[in-house]
Amino acid sequence: MERDDVYEYSLDYHTTEEQGKVQRKKIWLVFWILLAVTIFEVGMGLKFSRVPEMKMFLLITFIILTIFKAYFIVISYMHLGDERKSFRYTVLIPAIMFILYLIFICITEASYVFSVLKSWS
Amino acid sequence: MAAHSTSIPKTFNWSGGTSPYGISYGKMMMWFFLISDALTFSAFLIAYGFMRFKFADVWPFAGDVFTHLPFYDGHIELLYVGLMTFILIMSSVTMVLAVEAGHRMDQKGVILWLLLTIVGGATFLGSQAFEWYHFIHGSEHGAYITSTGDVAKFVVDHHTHDVDVNTIVLNGKTMSTPDFQKAYPDAELFHGANLTKNEYGHPLFGDFFFFITGFHGFHVFSGVLLNIYILVGSVGGAFHRRGHYEMVEKVGLYWHFVDLVWVFVFTFFYLV
Repeated sequence: MERDDVYEYSLDYHTTEEQGKVQRKKIWLVFWILLAVTIFEVGMGLKFSRVPEMKMFLLITFIILTIFKAYFIVISYMHLGDERKSFRYTVLIPAIMFILYLIFICITEASYVFSVLKSWS
Repeated sequence: MAAHSTSIPKTFNWSGGTSPYGISYGKMMMWFFLISDALTFSAFLIAYGFMRFKFADVWPFAGDVFTHLPFYDGHIELLYVGLMTFILIMSSVTMVLAVEAGHRMDQKGVILWLLLTIVGGATFLGSQAFEWYHFIHGSEHGAYITSTGDVAKFVVDHHTHDVDVNTIVLNGKTMSTPDFQKAYPDAELFHGANLTKNEYGHPLFGDFFFFITGFHGFHVFSGVLLNIYILVGSVGGAFHRRGHYEMVEKVGLYWHFVDLVWVFVFTFFYLV
């Protein structure tokens, strides 16, 4: 018996050569953005990671830039930007809730633990 | 009943018979798997972040540890890992170009870009093995590990990478090597790193490095295998006959996820 609940959405989604050219241009644009941000991050790390006063500023900069890169990879390369809004939210809301907030909480707690342990020694 | 996705009014989305998100089952399940895998990697990175800041004073600088380059005898901080990141980003670009070629039913384009993605992935794996080898092997001078587990390192100039074998730093105190050897006769001279000892600083640095990059490397490896499998399918014309290259898209999602994880691992391990 043939299944009638499995619809092949991909059969509708074919692009022409001109649409392909536009999309390829966008792909390379995102590549240059990613490359520039990565070089900037590595440069910042090389110059300032040994300077203790800049540690907090450096950490926040890295997290913001990495989220910036992640946004471009997920929306553009993984084509999440082309999906419906409801599906975008289904994927992004748990990620943002659990991952980003937990990272923030953990770094806060860890630096507190470090200063407490230091005050005991 | 099967119907064209754009002809279904949105109000009937959740009444059954159609995908409410307008997305195929396979793609949606790949996304859900990627979310679960992302949460797993986040757990690892968060644990790493906690330990890294708990032991912030004895945590090594990644720039001191990862200085090797293939075919080059000197020391350059972090250049090779930057190259690794560039290679993986490039392989992500070739992967999305393969997906784009699939949208135009361009079989030759898909094969070319998939092949380049596989080459990029394999290069990354080889580079990671290179990094592991040099980390395990350690430096020529090594460091002393006392019986209590503290690491006493020789003084290394960050710019010239010259090692002063006569001066040792232990827990912030500087002393000469003979004085140190008299005070700690049980200290062993250790090179490199394994899961319990680390010449560069706290042993947890080695633990987390091997565990997280090993897990990530395993994902890259399985991604390369999947890409080879899909490449064989593309060459055989299976997707062309099917009428769409959605399999390339799904495997592309996994590959982009692998790249995304590396972006996070690279930032938090090597730069912070």
